[in-house]
Amino acid sequence: MLTVHDVSYSYGAKRALDHVSFDLTEGRFCALLGPNGAGKSTLFSLMTRLLVTRDGAISVAGHDLAQSPRAALAQIGVVFQQQTLDLDMTVLQNLRYFAALQGLSGASAQRSIDAALDRLDMRERAGEKARALNGGHRRRMEIARALIHDPKVLMLDEPTVGLDTGSRQAITAHVHDLADSGLLVFWATHLVDEIGDDDDVVVLHQGRVMCHDRAANIAGDGPLIDAFIKMTARKEPA
Amino acid sequence: MMGWFVALRAIVVREAMRFVNQRSRFIAALVRPLVWLIVFAAGFRAALGLSIIPPYQTYITYEVYIVPGLCGMIQLFNGMQSSLSLVYDREMGSMRLLLTSPLPRWWLLFSKLLAGVVVSILQVYVFLAIAAAFGITMPLMGYVYAFPALVISGLMLGALGLLISSTIRQLENFAGVMNFVIFPMFFMSSALYPLWRMAESSPLLRDICAVNPFTHAVELIRFALYESLNGIALLWVVLAFAVFMGGSLIGYDPARGMARRGRGPSG
Repeated sequence: MLTVHDVSYSYGAKRALDHVSFDLTEGRFCALLGPNGAGKSTLFSLMTRLLVTRDGAISVAGHDLAQSPRAALAQIGVVFQQQTLDLDMTVLQNLRYFAALQGLSGASAQRSIDAALDRLDMRERAGEKARALNGGHRRRMEIARALIHDPKVLMLDEPTVGLDTGSRQAITAHVHDLADSGLLVFWATHLVDEIGDDDDVVVLHQGRVMCHDRAANIAGDGPLIDAFIKMTARKEPA
Repeated sequence: MMGWFVALRAIVVREAMRFVNQRSRFIAALVRPLVWLIVFAAGFRAALGLSIIPPYQTYITYEVYIVPGLCGMIQLFNGMQSSLSLVYDREMGSMRLLLTSPLPRWWLLFSKLLAGVVVSILQVYVFLAIAAAFGITMPLMGYVYAFPALVISGLMLGALGLLISSTIRQLENFAGVMNFVIFPMFFMSSALYPLWRMAESSPLLRDICAVNPFTHAVELIRFALYESLNGIALLWVVLAFAVFMGGSLIGYDPARGMARRGRGPSG
């Protein structure tokens, strides 16, 4: 469903990603786990075509991102680390705007928007300005918005940053439910406690994939956090 | 293709809504040219007599002369305001939402550009209505002929703003744009004085003004307001639009533009 093959990327002389490869299947929750500066956001930008590279290939649902960017992007729903709602527009206007950016209009757009509002349980708040929502609701709304065009992959870049514990847990549970319903969820994070034992994990460190396995397998007998710290404590030789 | 126009309409409506909701921006956009028209022009009226030059058929007052330049000024500042808002959107993340849409990136950028033009034209017509209330009127059909001229000049100045936004990485750098782009473009043009007056004091300055695309945008608007077409100005403005738009597309190309520069994301 989502294939990253031998992808490398540099900012000038600084190597941000070094021969990154992995393959993800639908109906799974996959965490991209790495400390700050590991290259998660760079990889995320490449996977959403905010950046492009000639080194390696990324394909989504069989569409190569470099060869058929429009077809590939149509299969992706994205939630960025920074909130991207227009706070001066209402919930409904935000959803309509996004639907239009996906090329949806008329009855099909309305059906998708209604479904999104139902998922959010926010029909009665559709006329409220996004500014009136709390952080957790805004995030949930961004997730619902990312699904308006019925993508096969949902990608989230550290979506719980700045949220309280309750909201974090609610959003993590909500996204796991989405994965259970058949969606591929790709969740970039540096917080180990957001990952369940059955989730897939790609550990990224210093631009390289350290391992790709089920969380329970990576953790072994101890907690995942210990395995993660051990893996990412290794430094590159000077 | 239907999806393209759906997105275009949504981007234009959103920009118009933002503008209408920001009343202070609307008022500020009008106050600037009105101060020039009512205060500056009144002061210079006696000092700057203007002989008959095309497209005028008779002697005109200085207030009448600078109205097209002030229309251009509105569009120039609006283009820069759009540029500032693009840099802000990029920093705040909402630009990413736009750029990850499956529609072609050039179309999304053009839609954003057109949205800014629509807003600038609204401002220009409100300004012209206020000028008319002060007795500074144009031929009636001139207001109609000015519309396509304003679209073309607005696209050119908006594309310049887009190009600038693709090269600026931080909002803090925007003050430099005011000093090095907006003010030189405005003052080294025919917006405030005709080029023959410039030539009297400095032929070099006149030559610089003559190649300034803003001069040609102003002349295009001026001639259109008097029901004529300045073909050379039109050519210059279209050419400048093509260059600025081409540069913007390169600037926003993820393979070649601003996204590659700098240190990149932190995660």
